[in-house]
Amino acid sequence: MIILPADMDALIRSEGERAYPYECCGLILGPLPGPSGGGPGDVRRAARLVPLENAREGEKRRRRFHIDPLDFLRAEREAVSAGLEILGVYHSHPDHPARPSDHDLRQALPFYSYVIVAVEKGRARELTSWRLSADRATFGEEGVEIPG
Amino acid sequence: MAANLLVPTALRGFTDRQAEIALEGGTVGALLQALVARYPDIGPHLFDEQGGLRGFVNVFVGEANIKGTGGLDTPVGDGATVMVVPAIAGGAPGQAAPR
Ligand SMILES: [Zn+2]
Repeated sequence: MIILPADMDALIRSEGERAYPYECCGLILGPLPGPSGGGPGDVRRAARLVPLENAREGEKRRRRFHIDPLDFLRAEREAVSAGLEILGVYHSHPDHPARPSDHDLRQALPFYSYVIVAVEKGRARELTSWRLSADRATFGEEGVEIPG
Repeated sequence: MAANLLVPTALRGFTDRQAEIALEGGTVGALLQALVARYPDIGPHLFDEQGGLRGFVNVFVGEANIKGTGGLDTPVGDGATVMVVPAIAGGAPGQAAPR
């Protein structure tokens, strides 16, 4: 499960609407969950979002996103200096449901929470979160708790 | 020649949660081979069946992506910091751009 404070839920939604009809993307930072460093069922709390430019070019941004590795490296340093870790990634699905695509699955890494917000005709709708299974075969949906 | 390799959170499950690992090796390739020798389970996440780096794996020596500096043959100076950086990508269903 991922705990997403209400202002971060709102920011992901507004980023998705702002980027429409293109995909938005960014990183989710927070403390490492649990003394063991997290596992499949851990509860993690988002503490900071790092909105990033979608590094895909032109019209490809309608259906794809890519985070520049140098942006990732800088976010990792920002996280470490704040005593945080990169816990996940968010992106939007313009005019598609908030379900991971085959493309998302192929590109996914273990451990991270993949938060997806559906943006329908410019309005943010459902927001979901997913994690890659250990065998890389599927995504499992995890709960999203928005305290408030 | 020893360098420090920084491992992203996503791959620390394969390195006993170590974030920073001192390794011997004069090139990026040698350094990564030393990493895999110590933590074999990380191998399939870094390399494909042909021994090349996977598409979603980037390696930086300092601020330089090795894609622009000779790939796995990129030399690593003594005390250098080498960082494995995952390429984060994905998207919605369908073709990259509508026809
Ligand atoms: Zn997607």
